[in-house]
Amino acid sequence: MPTKEEVFEKVQEALMDALGVDDDEVTPSATMVGDLGAESIDFLDIVFRLEKAFEIEIPRSELFPEDILTSAEYVQDGKVTPEGVAELKKRMPFADLSKFESNPVVQGFGNLLTVNDLCRYVETKVGA
Amino acid sequence: MRWFWIDRFVEFESGLRAVATKNIGLVEEQMDGYGPWLPLMPASLIIEGLAQTGGLLVGEHNAFQERVVLAKIGKASFHRPALAGDTLTYTVVVENIQSDGAICQGTSHIGDELHGEVDLVFAHLDDRFQGVEMFDPADFLRMLRLLRLFEVGRTDGGEPLKIPEHLLRAEREEYAASD
Repeated sequence: MPTKEEVFEKVQEALMDALGVDDDEVTPSATMVGDLGAESIDFLDIVFRLEKAFEIEIPRSELFPEDILTSAEYVQDGKVTPEGVAELKKRMPFADLSKFESNPVVQGFGNLLTVNDLCRYVETKVGA
Repeated sequence: MRWFWIDRFVEFESGLRAVATKNIGLVEEQMDGYGPWLPLMPASLIIEGLAQTGGLLVGEHNAFQERVVLAKIGKASFHRPALAGDTLTYTVVVENIQSDGAICQGTSHIGDELHGEVDLVFAHLDDRFQGVEMFDPADFLRMLRLLRLFEVGRTDGGEPLKIPEHLLRAEREEYAASD
């Protein structure tokens, strides 16, 4: 079972390879989109690399809950409803959604995920 | 002009790796059109050759039932120019292959010398691209035969690779329609 430090190191390596960024840019608080410049296709690349590095399977909807963010039930006027936020929290217990909750605009969701969120997600998969 | 940037497969292990060659001739348009005073093979077309090698490797994994597209070049580095008269040997190795795509590592050699290294990400087109057909199946099989994929192809257990039934059927139907 890897330690949290080992998880971070492998996540860092995956992000450096997938995004062409330097190790000092991949800090725990860095956001994937805003700070590291990840685009939608990069997430596919990152998921592939994490699956290989940790020998895990990553259901895409766990990291990218598109079904919730495009649901007429959970989105109204471009914002996720309180019920939708509750679903997101259930789906993504590893992510800190407190900022998003204060202004749950769907378009802002993509820039929420941080390196630390990604590490915490992997930790839940490998039991670190 | 046919968009072939590999000449033939020389090795093909299903779901694992593929090796293809590309002979560079001075007669080819890109050689004197790209750099008139130094007829070198453009890196972009070398990447295309690696993508064709890897794309067919990824596609074969699902019997060519998925629509495979090159989604991203992660890294690409080249260590020397490729010139007329050189033979490029492209090797693509699957790193991870899943239902939504694959990541692969590609290398290009000239003789024993490492010439280029490219990381490739392939994606399968999903339901959002319904109705997008990339190849006529009979044409596609003709291309695979030209590239000798089934002459050298092996399953991961080492057995000769069989031509998928849906491609053979399309070929038979085209032949029957031409009578």
